[in-house]
Amino acid sequence: MIIVDNIHKSFGKVHAVRGVSFSAPDGKITGLLGPNGAGKSTTLRILYTVLTPDSGSASIDGADVVADSLKARQSIGALPHGAGLYPHLTARENIVYYAKLCGLEKDLIDARVEDIMTLLEISDFADRQTKGFSHGQRTKVALARALVHNPQNVILDEPSNGLDVMATRSLRKLILKLKDDGRCVLFSSHVMQEVAALCDDIVIIANGKVAIDDSADGIRQRTGCDGLEDAFVRAIEMVRPA
Amino acid sequence: MRTPITVFIKEVIDNIRDRRTLASALIMGPLFGPILFVFVINLSIERSLDDAERILELPVIGEQHAPNLMRYLESHNIDVVEGPKDRAAAMAAVTTGAQDVIVVVPENFGEQLADTIPAKIELISDQANTQAERDARRVRTALQSYSQELATIRLIARGVSPLVLRPINVDEVDVSTPSGRSAILLGMMSYFFIFALLMGGMYLAIDTTAGERERGSLEPILSLPVTRDQLMLGKIAATCLFMAVSLFLSLCSFFVALKFMPLQKLGMTPNFGPDVVVAAFFVLAPFILLGASLMTLVASFTKSYKEAQTWLSVLLVAPTLPILVVSILMLRPKLEFMFVPSLSQHLLLVDMIKNEPVNILHVAISVTSTLSIGAVLTWICARLYRREGLLG
Repeated sequence: MIIVDNIHKSFGKVHAVRGVSFSAPDGKITGLLGPNGAGKSTTLRILYTVLTPDSGSASIDGADVVADSLKARQSIGALPHGAGLYPHLTARENIVYYAKLCGLEKDLIDARVEDIMTLLEISDFADRQTKGFSHGQRTKVALARALVHNPQNVILDEPSNGLDVMATRSLRKLILKLKDDGRCVLFSSHVMQEVAALCDDIVIIANGKVAIDDSADGIRQRTGCDGLEDAFVRAIEMVRPA
Repeated sequence: MRTPITVFIKEVIDNIRDRRTLASALIMGPLFGPILFVFVINLSIERSLDDAERILELPVIGEQHAPNLMRYLESHNIDVVEGPKDRAAAMAAVTTGAQDVIVVVPENFGEQLADTIPAKIELISDQANTQAERDARRVRTALQSYSQELATIRLIARGVSPLVLRPINVDEVDVSTPSGRSAILLGMMSYFFIFALLMGGMYLAIDTTAGERERGSLEPILSLPVTRDQLMLGKIAATCLFMAVSLFLSLCSFFVALKFMPLQKLGMTPNFGPDVVVAAFFVLAPFILLGASLMTLVASFTKSYKEAQTWLSVLLVAPTLPILVVSILMLRPKLEFMFVPSLSQHLLLVDMIKNEPVNILHVAISVTSTLSIGAVLTWICARLYRREGLLG
């Protein structure tokens, strides 16, 4: 369960996030939707604790991301935007490294890594160094690495960016599986269709503010648009400074 | 403690597989110094030894006017050959560099000698040319000693003791030992060791900070349930290991290299046996923590791999400064110097090579002060890693 309460964040003169609030419950998929530069990544980075908010608060399963950041990190698996792997380590070693850092029991690591690799269909290239990997392969390994410790909350920053159809499909399957397992999944995207197809809740962000927070149907109703794209555009216009 | 160890092991494996890191740690650092050293020293030794033994071919114009002098020169390893046809041709030959030195004996040389008038002899050389000047000096010395001999003979012929020409007899007493003389030359060795040490960890320091950021692997790792201090500790420890290996290898390679340097010919026997190699390692070891944390610190501030490389290359030269100043001013080891990292290691090392007793207090101060500075820098690195700006 992720709760975000009125967070603000500025980088110098740029006020990137201006009072974002929403919550992402367990067993649901929450989509963070918005145009480029809307403040999606900044919000997520605050959630996985690499940034601290200027004001407001956020918590992961009740642990504050600033005051109790270590505890908050324990229950999240994060896939940052453009997450990089270690090119000289094999896929397996990349994943094992994270498993160890997350404090998994030694005897459990191998089995757990094997499981996650099967789930993400990594096994074929598990023991190759990652330097020559395709974008899709890299994303899979990065995902496996983020999920290796079975986190209750999963934060994915534009996970489908640059993936082909097949890879996007298996990503979708994975996200749905996480939901069925009762996890809290929060992911960002700028593709309306993708979010609509997966999410139970959609939080549309524009100009650092929440424009609308509802289900896909709810958004259609409230904006009075039948087409998702129109609804998206309308919602964004609602927060555009006059 | 588990996290730093995990990070340490991962960084070590990761960097062992990186050819560039490995090359700089195992080859560049340890071999660059000794090879350069062997090359330069051998070259200069060969040169200076050669010169005295080598037969010098000396073109002489008018050798028939001074047959005794020619015989004298021949007996001093100077081979007299026929010179150019006249003085003008000789001048031209020396100017163009076709000949280094030419002697001109005037026709009336014998007459002047017989009349005890200072007999004129010309030595044509280009004093701006150092190589030629070496030969000219040999010829000049030979001519002077011939002149000296003639003077002695003349005095004796007149019943005067030649000793009247030597009112003072200077006797030099040199207290330097063969080991001591080597210290002057081998003093610069300590810098090669520090260079190798820093070189060994340079790419790790970059890779674990600026490299990790550029690759995009920094944010994911910071989102794991570990503290940044622990990550930093593991990374610095890995850098230290590479630096230690590089230092040890460079000490060993120097030990081997010294066997290929004919230093005894210069009257030098550096005290650099296996026991000194080990002792030198422990004297230099405290510098490892300082080097690793300093390089990591500087690399943390940089925006990219390339920028980090530029700054760290500058850092490679920095430890020479105190060594250079002290060497130029010829300062003797003092207690205060032991507080200065790199300088203290250099001075202690020079003492060891000179085979002089090493002051235990000096060692203690050197070790503690260098380690303390290293610890402070490590602490600053850890603090720095908590900053948001780190993400770039």
